[in-house]
Amino acid sequence: MQGMAIRLQGLSKTYGRTEAVSGVDLEIADGEFFSMLGPSGSGKTTVLRMIAGFEAPTSGTVALAGRDVTRLAPFERDVHTVFQDYALFPHMTVEQNVAYALKVRKVPKAERRDRVREALARVRLDGFGARRPSQLSGGQRQRVALARALVGRPRVLLLDEPLGALDLKLREQMQIELKAIQREVGITFVFVTHDQEEALTMSDRLAVFQQGRIEQTGTPAEIYERPATRFVAGFVGTSNLLEGQAAEQVVGSPGTYSIRPEKIRVLKESATADEPEHSTATGTVAEVVYLGDATRFLVDLDAGGRLTALQQNLETSSEDVAAYRGARVRLLWHDRHTFRVPAPR
Amino acid sequence: MTDAVAAAGPLRRLAGTLHRRPRLRLSLLLSAPLLWLVLAYLGSLAALFLSAFWTTDSFTSEVVKVWSTDNFEALLTESLYRQVALRSVGVALAVTALCAVIAFPIAFYTARVARPRWRPLLVVAILTPLWASYLVKVYAWRLILSEGGPLDWALRPFGLSGPGYGLTATVLVLTYLWLPYMILPIHAGLEQLPDGLLDASADLGAGTGRTFRSVVLPLVLPSVAAGSVFTFSLSLGDYITVQIVGGKTQLIGNLVYSNVTLNLPLAAAVGTVPVVVIVLYLLAVRRTGALRSL
Repeated sequence: MQGMAIRLQGLSKTYGRTEAVSGVDLEIADGEFFSMLGPSGSGKTTVLRMIAGFEAPTSGTVALAGRDVTRLAPFERDVHTVFQDYALFPHMTVEQNVAYALKVRKVPKAERRDRVREALARVRLDGFGARRPSQLSGGQRQRVALARALVGRPRVLLLDEPLGALDLKLREQMQIELKAIQREVGITFVFVTHDQEEALTMSDRLAVFQQGRIEQTGTPAEIYERPATRFVAGFVGTSNLLEGQAAEQVVGSPGTYSIRPEKIRVLKESATADEPEHSTATGTVAEVVYLGDATRFLVDLDAGGRLTALQQNLETSSEDVAAYRGARVRLLWHDRHTFRVPAPR
Repeated sequence: MTDAVAAAGPLRRLAGTLHRRPRLRLSLLLSAPLLWLVLAYLGSLAALFLSAFWTTDSFTSEVVKVWSTDNFEALLTESLYRQVALRSVGVALAVTALCAVIAFPIAFYTARVARPRWRPLLVVAILTPLWASYLVKVYAWRLILSEGGPLDWALRPFGLSGPGYGLTATVLVLTYLWLPYMILPIHAGLEQLPDGLLDASADLGAGTGRTFRSVVLPLVLPSVAAGSVFTFSLSLGDYITVQIVGGKTQLIGNLVYSNVTLNLPLAAAVGTVPVVVIVLYLLAVRRTGALRSL
């Protein structure tokens, strides 16, 4: 984590009268796996496209490795992109696609061949070089796009929702592979996704975007355990907020608080609640959702409001679970898991 | 199920029968147009080819149905026919090349540079010359190209003069006439080109020229070939433009035209030349995959 790979300062982009990105400041370190997480239309892809150079910012600057590149064309930046739809050249073979960046840069033929072979091996596509993109499956195309972007050894690799088009199993497999490849090559990865789980599992750090702004930047644990805003609390993980009167009664002071569902224990109402440094609330189970490995309880609190609690199915089975509906329960959690969410600006 | 059966009138029953018999369906759909195609198009081509083997009574100019290959031998041996055939193919190729060179920038503008909401209007604007009569346009060009006409007048300050009537004028006017047929396919091809590919090329370090050569051109080439099918075959078959602005220039069409009354079998034999050339051209174009994007 030596130098800064990317530094964005006051980056804004307006289309007509809509502000897609407004005042984004961000620093991404060398070798970092950084995710930009947010719902669609939150500006994360626009930021990525401004880093790549496809869009010119309305104001603000983009610096790569300490050099201001705001006004440079995409082909003048040491950045390669893996596109959401892969954007493979349909008239070229896999090999020609991967070799493109090297050919453009007039890398000698022998070296080019070696590096293409190496890149294809890295994404486990040896022997696919002669095929056309149309003869590959979605997962294979995704790998070709990755190899094509990696072969030029850019300083920064931008990935625009690269796993979005893959099915769940393949996506989970590619998440692990991507992370492994990133560790191996040591290139800075900037990964755009709307999938919070993906962002949490893969990133060293991430930024949560909403309406063209960054809501919070931090490590996955920081973002998940200590959401800085109400939006982050809701978007990353299940929204589980105590506010108003309920907050006053349960926590003891007014404001908005967030508790992660898996931190809450579901007990019988009669259970003793005088454990030190714990908060407790009683209520009625409104809904029970059996998830296989766990069960989700939606509990209407007597103090008002509703909390979700997630319990591992250590002993319970699906048959027991149904009996909980309508039952009176006591919720219990450690005070250190209660986080005060700042009021919306 | 009983409801559906009860509701079945004769039309529904017929529809059901057709649904179960795909071959019957296909033959009902295609028999009429196929009949028309075979009789009208292939039939007339066959008649043309057959009559090319007949001869003419040199006194009465009447067709004599005596089989001979004299007409084709004349085509192959007499240098006039060879010259005219080569000239015609040359004109068609020149018109096609000029159309492609002029059409590409225009199509690039209408398909990728102009604002999206102006694009349909620009396409209509490209098509408007096709609404005017062919003869009106060619006679307009006859005026433009006439000695001391507008073109001469416009070129005079540069110390130049227009080409006058002749081969150059023919190529020029044919290029003007068939240009929309080249612009439209290229426009369609460029419009379908995904933005992502251009981004990807730039992202991988390619400058504008490189992206054009390595990505845009190869992907749009089938569209250019498709347009060239129009410009090439339309130019090869034309004989009116060359009569009006071509001076003494003769193309295949003129030979056919001038022989129709005097020696119909010879005209038929000459007429098979463009058919053969175009079939060869289509076979060549097919190799580029252009016919799939027509």
